[in-house]
Amino acid sequence: MKPGSTRAACTALIKRDLILIWRRRGDAINPILFALIVVALFPLALGPEPEQLRHIATGVVFVAVLLAGLLALDTLFRSDYEDGSLEQLVLSPHPLSLLLGCKIAVHWFTTALPLLIAAPLLGELLHMDGPVRWVLTGALFLATPLLSLIGAVCVALTVGMRRSGMLLALLVLPLYVPVLIFGAGACNAAALGLPYLAPLLWLGAALVLALVLAPLACAAALRISLS
Amino acid sequence: MNTLVLWFHKLGSPPTFHRLAGALMPWFYGIAIALGVIGIYGGLVLAPRDYQQGDAYRIIFVHVPSAWMGMFAYFFMAANAFIALIWRIKLSEVMAMASAPAGATFTFITLVTGSLWGKPMWGTWWEWDARLTSELVLLFLYLGVIGLYHAIEDRRQAARAAGFLALIGTVNIPIVHFSVNWWNTLHQASTVRLLGPSKIDSSMLWPLLVMALATHLWFFGTLLARTRTGLLELDGGKDWVRALVLTDGTRAAPEATAITEQAHG
Amino acid sequence: MTTPDFHKSPALFEARALAFARNDEPIFGPLDFTLNAGEVVLIEGDNGAGKTTLLRVLSGLLNPTSGEIRLDGEPLTLARLSPRVALLAHQAGLKDDLNALENLHFAAGLHGLRAGIAPEIALTSVGLDGYADVPVRQLSAGQRKRVALARVLLAPVGLWLLDEPYANLDLDGIRLVNRLLEEHASRGGAALITSHGAYAYTSGTPRRIPLHPKTANAMSGSNGARTS
Repeated sequence: MKPGSTRAACTALIKRDLILIWRRRGDAINPILFALIVVALFPLALGPEPEQLRHIATGVVFVAVLLAGLLALDTLFRSDYEDGSLEQLVLSPHPLSLLLGCKIAVHWFTTALPLLIAAPLLGELLHMDGPVRWVLTGALFLATPLLSLIGAVCVALTVGMRRSGMLLALLVLPLYVPVLIFGAGACNAAALGLPYLAPLLWLGAALVLALVLAPLACAAALRISLS
Repeated sequence: MNTLVLWFHKLGSPPTFHRLAGALMPWFYGIAIALGVIGIYGGLVLAPRDYQQGDAYRIIFVHVPSAWMGMFAYFFMAANAFIALIWRIKLSEVMAMASAPAGATFTFITLVTGSLWGKPMWGTWWEWDARLTSELVLLFLYLGVIGLYHAIEDRRQAARAAGFLALIGTVNIPIVHFSVNWWNTLHQASTVRLLGPSKIDSSMLWPLLVMALATHLWFFGTLLARTRTGLLELDGGKDWVRALVLTDGTRAAPEATAITEQAHG
Repeated sequence: MTTPDFHKSPALFEARALAFARNDEPIFGPLDFTLNAGEVVLIEGDNGAGKTTLLRVLSGLLNPTSGEIRLDGEPLTLARLSPRVALLAHQAGLKDDLNALENLHFAAGLHGLRAGIAPEIALTSVGLDGYADVPVRQLSAGQRKRVALARVLLAPVGLWLLDEPYANLDLDGIRLVNRLLEEHASRGGAALITSHGAYAYTSGTPRRIPLHPKTANAMSGSNGARTS
């Protein structure tokens, strides 16, 4: 691998981000902890009747994962912006969208993947049916990268702001609506014994589209907010 | 394309636009008010009662034109944002950001009137009906654009960032519409359709169309007014604004002075 | 406009009537200057004179409000500039959680490596022998600056844009920056550096571009409006 090639740059970036996350591995548990807290609040608020909890289980787990992802989004560019690394990325001779794609991938891998693994356990807390758990995992497997990609574009737009939390939620949530509808919809359909493949396929199609377009949009947004 | 750009630049030069918009604005407002009065009269007095809904349906003469305007203003904003981002035309930036509050207001009116209509129709103030839900998402998109615009200090950078968000929203709107419809059929067997355009009688249709025209003209009136103010704010220190203040004399001077002070303070 | 001189190749960097304003408030300019290969130019100005903004405009991160920048006689774009420029900004672009050597290895991966140099050598030449394994968060401000300079030194580029390279450095460090700049210039490289004037590039006779705060015009403008 030639130093200075785009592949070398992407490898270096992925390696660096993984090392950084490893050195702060204590933080990596936060999204799961947050999702667990959100899920645990529902039985406390609604009462412990298994039938009622089973009824709302998919929706609650989906929303908990979505909110945990939203909370984790802030870390995507925050430290890179503050220490000037983001400027260096923009000034590197490689396609910015590709570099950002690598960053988003690492971010998904370290924040969303643990959530994905934890999701069936969260479902168990709410007495989710066995087969539904598999549909939930499948739906989240398609939905969480979509949420990361869409979220990254919005984070790129708010990157220079000190307190962007509420604004970020406002920007992101309307864009998350279709993902939530199809993802949770597939799980609900499975819970009712209805066919659930169509919404999953829609999610897959959207994911393919977002994989191509979101890094480009993210790069464009970042150039705007760094100017 | 080059001539197109030249044309944009000529019309888009702030002093030219300021003059032109100032001359057109009263006409837009005037005709909008006149048509609005005619439309309201036609809708509330001349149009017959609905055999099912009685007089409650008459809210469509506000609700439906507002809903159309909410969508129209969004796409108008996105089109301007697109022009602003590609050709970096200042006027388009200002226009895009000027249409956001107007569009958000129309969307808000749509939601409020829809909710008011829902009370006699469904017996509740809010029903998770597909159209109302789409409108709610649209309102959030508007609020996001406005929020982002006001969160960034540099006005032109803010307009570009918010415009970019508006463009992403245009991709999102049809997807939201589609997904919400799908979601609605999954959860509810049937909903009362708020409006079946094909079933509407012509005595109800013409006031509706007149109201739609009135709201469009009103939108362009406020758009011109907001764009004029936005341009004065952006160009507060430029020669043409100073010349305007000097020549316009007593009437415009206090207003423009306040704007320059704001721009420099 | 001057007639093009065909005997001489165009200047590496050329600014024509370059100005930048934020919210209609002039930050600097209009500014005209050229930068040739093998030349170090010092941008001098007080705090708030717009030095940092100027460097960000020159590095293509910001678009100028008016005027233009030419790179080898052609309009500057980020795509044309980025393979040829190294920027040392106020935020050094170092990761606190990585050690000095890891930071440099990452920079080499991202920007490429100048022939005949390695991260270890660069670290030695900025006087940080034995600091390779120390996390950057434990380094002093001056030592961080040295790591950042080593990053610039690694990049296979001809143009350095250095924002306050002397800040936080001791006398030895200032000499180091001057030596690095001389070596860079003797290789045919060019550099634009900013300084608020306390320290300066002393060896050779660098050209200086004075930068003055450009608020006088705007102030008179609003005063004029107020009094009319």
